[in-house]
Amino acid sequence: MKRLLAAAAVAALVLPATAQAAEYNRVLADRSQIGFVSKQMGVPVEGRFGRFAAQVSFDPARPDAGRAQIEVDLASIDTGSQEADDEVKSKNWFNVKAFPTARFVSSGLRALGEGRYEIAGRMTLKGRTRDLRLPVTLRQDGSGVRFEGVFQLKRLEWGIGEGPWADVDTVADEVQVRFRIALAAGAA
Amino acid sequence: MNGASAASAVNGYTRTAVALHWVVALIVFGSFPLGLYMVDLPLSPWKLKLYSWHKWAGVTVFMLALVRLAWRTAHPAPPPAAGVPAWQRRAASATHVLLYLLLLVIPLTGWLMSSAKGFQTVYFGIVPLPDLLPKDKALGDALALVHRSLNYLLATLVVVHMGAALKHHLVDRDETLARMLPFLRKRAESP
Repeated sequence: MKRLLAAAAVAALVLPATAQAAEYNRVLADRSQIGFVSKQMGVPVEGRFGRFAAQVSFDPARPDAGRAQIEVDLASIDTGSQEADDEVKSKNWFNVKAFPTARFVSSGLRALGEGRYEIAGRMTLKGRTRDLRLPVTLRQDGSGVRFEGVFQLKRLEWGIGEGPWADVDTVADEVQVRFRIALAAGAA
Repeated sequence: MNGASAASAVNGYTRTAVALHWVVALIVFGSFPLGLYMVDLPLSPWKLKLYSWHKWAGVTVFMLALVRLAWRTAHPAPPPAAGVPAWQRRAASATHVLLYLLLLVIPLTGWLMSSAKGFQTVYFGIVPLPDLLPKDKALGDALALVHRSLNYLLATLVVVHMGAALKHHLVDRDETLARMLPFLRKRAESP
């Protein structure tokens, strides 16, 4: 009887974890993407960042324990044209020499139901750090999952596009950021 | 007065046709040098503005060219002045056909180039034109060359067109230019 209880206790501890395939913590870089849409003279223009490093762990059974840290290599920006790529790396924009990366570190994940979550965290960009709350959606992606989200940030709050570029009639203040982080159940 | 306007309806272009001709001429005379100037500018808000204005001008020229063709169908152009040799008539009508064609095709190549380069055309920043081509750098560069070459062809034809009009006015001393520049006719009639 004691042995049976012990076995049941062990099973109770182990089984849910194995049944849920444990934790998703392996970021699939080639299926992940961080992009943005800016508006120039009323024209939406898409761009993306080619390189970023992400450490994410997420257990559907314990969403609160989920965490994410993403570091974007700002020099890997692709705005769609070479001259714009060169321009946005300069001082008035990202100033990649002084601030090579943008970083987001989560402080909490909250389940909102129906696969929707809210990630709270701090973003550091061009020497400025701010708290953000990002809505994300969790989707099944093959044997893994992917987090997708869209949020808007105001570039001038981060000093992105200063000097003559501060004119929001030419390049709008609002920039839409779109991200997709694909995760596989990883080696713990 | 009645006699004069009746005569101009027979011998000349309608006021609408004259107005459309000069509006299109003005936009072309503005956007051609604008295009040459803007492409070599370093990237700046100014450059983005100029590109947008150039695109809006092109869309406007395209639409006005369609309006002109529709108007011309309903209100045929007057016949060439009396005494113009047949080869000149043929040359004139060939030039006119090509000019109309370029007023339509050049904006189209600009629009396609914008699509291929990944920058949508949004008329006056409000009306988005559909992207007819996917983003493709090589295609965009090729279309830029086509756009530029056709513009040089247009500039050449405009010089021929203007030269011929001036020749009619100054050498042949006929009504050809005055039909498009009514103030010349008034001056000629008044003394």
